[in-house]
Amino acid sequence: MTDEPLVLGIETSCDETGVGIVRGETLLVDAIASSVDEHARFGGVVPEVASRAHLEAMVPTIERACATAGVALTDLDGIAVTSGPGLAGALMVGVASAKALGIGLGVPVYGVNHLASHVAVDIVEHGPLPEPTMALLVSGGHSSLLLVPDVTDDIRPLGSTIDDAAGEAFDKVARVLGLPFPGGPHIDRAARDGAIEIDFPRGLTSGRDMERHRYDFSFSGLKTAVSRWVQARQAAGEDVPVADVAASFQEAVTDVLTRKAILACQEQGVGHLQIGGGVAANTRLRAMAQERCDRAGIQLRVPRPGLCTDNGAMVASLGAQMMAKGRVPSGLDFPADSSMPVTDVHNEPAGPASAHDALHAG
Amino acid sequence: MLMLALDTSTSAITVAVHDGETVLGDHTVLDARRHTELLAPGITTALAAAGVAVTDLTDIAVGVGPGPFTGLRVGLVTALTLGHTRGIAVHGVCSLDALAQGAGIEGDFLVATDARRKEVYWARYRGESGVPTRLSEPVVGRAADIPAEVRALPVVGRGALLYPEALPDGGEPLDVYAGDVALVAQRALEAGEALPVEPMYLRRPDALTTAERQAAVERA
Ligand SMILES: [Zn+2]
Repeated sequence: MTDEPLVLGIETSCDETGVGIVRGETLLVDAIASSVDEHARFGGVVPEVASRAHLEAMVPTIERACATAGVALTDLDGIAVTSGPGLAGALMVGVASAKALGIGLGVPVYGVNHLASHVAVDIVEHGPLPEPTMALLVSGGHSSLLLVPDVTDDIRPLGSTIDDAAGEAFDKVARVLGLPFPGGPHIDRAARDGAIEIDFPRGLTSGRDMERHRYDFSFSGLKTAVSRWVQARQAAGEDVPVADVAASFQEAVTDVLTRKAILACQEQGVGHLQIGGGVAANTRLRAMAQERCDRAGIQLRVPRPGLCTDNGAMVASLGAQMMAKGRVPSGLDFPADSSMPVTDVHNEPAGPASAHDALHAG
Repeated sequence: MLMLALDTSTSAITVAVHDGETVLGDHTVLDARRHTELLAPGITTALAAAGVAVTDLTDIAVGVGPGPFTGLRVGLVTALTLGHTRGIAVHGVCSLDALAQGAGIEGDFLVATDARRKEVYWARYRGESGVPTRLSEPVVGRAADIPAEVRALPVVGRGALLYPEALPDGGEPLDVYAGDVALVAQRALEAGEALPVEPMYLRRPDALTTAERQAAVERA
């Protein structure tokens, strides 16, 4: 077992400074410093506030992760870091820190894709990923349906949101309902006491949309419908039934997400569905997905809520897979790429041609 | 003493290895946009040029700005992480002080660097026997708003290049050199000064809190 790679992963794509350590398929620690309280004052994530917080938290979080796991930095076999997609300035803090670890320790550095990491985290939770796996990633920054034949090398996007991310819709509807930021957990809580009786629209599920946007999502129309419904109530001088609106909105989101994810599994002949991203912490989504997967004979894998939101363990898990499968490290000159496509699972070093040029440049 | 010095507060991504007497090796590249890509390879290049292994380093010095935030942070987090990884001290140096050191000017002069948004970071210095002393705290503002008698002084940094009408007496250097960061750090350490690694942002993040937005709406 000791030949399994010991990898430290760094995640700074949004407002969480995450440092996780994984040995092979075993999670040793998942340390997080969040600046979410600072952003709450602004009603949303402010990139510069997030970047400043990452700089302050980076080394202390690395220190805490190592202390908790009982790991010395010199024990590490490799470093993995989210190189994209995400907030550019925030990503740069993590990437620069990872490279400094690589230089200081003389170990390889892997710049990896944030979305692929959300998929790979389930390996430390439920063991090796079936190949292929269908992955539904839903958060404040992304809503994607991915076919994953190999999480270290081959990820195929089937569909994604054409407007707002699912988590964004939760934040915006929370604001309409006077609930605090971030909206997800507050709507989840409010919905528990609510009745699902308002029929909000299910985006991109009509006949024509199912031809053109079969696996895509849209949450902007839903958000608008909720805010019109609330405004109409207020204009009529009536109380807004916050719990009922929250429950009905949440039902509309989870209905579309699970319906399309299961359809994709069936049509692509995939027997396993994995759900990740912050919205995967939503209790209604987890329950509905379980129910519908059971009925369809699909194996559902959802990591515990703490591993669904952004964290360093997911990056470490993907890094450990990269090392175990012998993928080539990223070197020291890879960029932070705020719009990194999911098909780029990790930053491959510059090709032989440019390496040759570099050798002869001086 | 084997000090690695670096700075990313100006257009230069600059690294030097200094043994307390002299620069053993360095690497500088001008690119105000690609700090993330170029700094780490610059460190390995400078170490190789100096013939020094990363395990031999005893100290790190880093320019703490003021400078454009994103690039500045790349240098700071690199220095802090590398220092933690090797278990060695990291010292923060005001980047304008390093530019002043490189100026080699006797008498009063001004350091003014590009703060973007049509503003400069600036501070006033006095050089005596090759040692510059800062006479004012660094501030950010429009070049034209600097007091007239200060604007008339010799200027180093890109400020004069960008705003020649306000700052007519511009000269070199335009950007920080890491060898000067090392010198300033070593002089301060010898004098027993503390050199905390605190970024000099000089500007608040561009965002209004929900309360401030509400207040603005009510005022309007
Ligand atoms: Zn995420």
